[in-house]
Amino acid sequence: MGTGTASQDFARNVLATLEAEGFNFFTGVADSLVGPLIARLSDGPNPRYVPAVREDTAVGLAAGAYLAGRWPCVLMQNSGVGYSLNALTSLNLIYEIPTLLIIGYRGYQGKDAPEHIVMGRSCEALLKEIGVPVQIPDADQLLETIADASRWMKEHRTPAAIFIRPGVLNSEHA
Amino acid sequence: MNTREALDQIVPLLGDELVIHTTGFICRDSCAAADRPGNFYMIGSMGLAPSIGLGLAMSRPQRRIVVFDGDGALLMAMGTLAMVARENPKNFYHLVFDNEAYASTGHQPTHSRHVDLDKIALASGYAHVLRADKPEQLKAGFLNLVSKPGPGFLLIKCINRSPQPGARIVHEPSMITRRVREAVGT
Repeated sequence: MGTGTASQDFARNVLATLEAEGFNFFTGVADSLVGPLIARLSDGPNPRYVPAVREDTAVGLAAGAYLAGRWPCVLMQNSGVGYSLNALTSLNLIYEIPTLLIIGYRGYQGKDAPEHIVMGRSCEALLKEIGVPVQIPDADQLLETIADASRWMKEHRTPAAIFIRPGVLNSEHA
Repeated sequence: MNTREALDQIVPLLGDELVIHTTGFICRDSCAAADRPGNFYMIGSMGLAPSIGLGLAMSRPQRRIVVFDGDGALLMAMGTLAMVARENPKNFYHLVFDNEAYASTGHQPTHSRHVDLDKIALASGYAHVLRADKPEQLKAGFLNLVSKPGPGFLLIKCINRSPQPGARIVHEPSMITRRVREAVGT
């Protein structure tokens, strides 16, 4: 492990919290804002992260893992919320398949490249509208938010979403 | 052979496999052939059956996982073939009932008439790839496939003409989840 940057150390704490909450199947599609977490999951001789080709296939992988008794977590950028909507609405929400969605929040408050602006102002509402609860924690609230989301998933047997704003996991990203 | 006749050949050969079904007539025809507790009937989320099967196969490496997929569904998320090959699950068997049509929505043609899906599976890196163009090749093809370590792929060419499909799946989706989790031993 050695000496890492503060953001690597924090990602390690977040991963430890996820594991303490029972999360034991990790998949997703690459994103810079949740990148430190993907990097920690991919460390070592037995990487625990399954790279998916598109966000809805990650949601499908996670659903299969849940059928096998795993407690799944999907990492993605909010551009993948669009791809995931059909999986969430016609699979997870009606089959009662819980999954934690950890989503990089591009386009937050309208400050980003053009392709992120529309989804940036819509992604929270889209998920809330279909019945997926959304949390947008500060860094110091993230560990508690993960525990809350896991509790919600157990109670309702449906997905919960945590948005990761710039700087929360990855201080290098502006 | 149509999809129904192909399923009527395959289903009696199943043991304790967990079978993930793509949405549409494949679900209904398989349920009509045998409503097995290890059957996951996916009534929506078209394209995701092999993803669900892969997540299950990776989490339960000692159980055989079979995916009943369609040509339209496979074309919808073809990158999944690369994902399966990369994870290389030895217990994963992918059957594609290819009738070159979206049968459930009125038999509109798919692009599989012009694309050999078995060649794509092979190029993606599946360990074993077979195809059955005739009904008499199907049973031997399936038994041959599942006798070898996966990931395996069997393309079953079907005609785009089915009798009346099986009845709609009557189980509530949440009940299907609970039943499959019990069959897995969760």
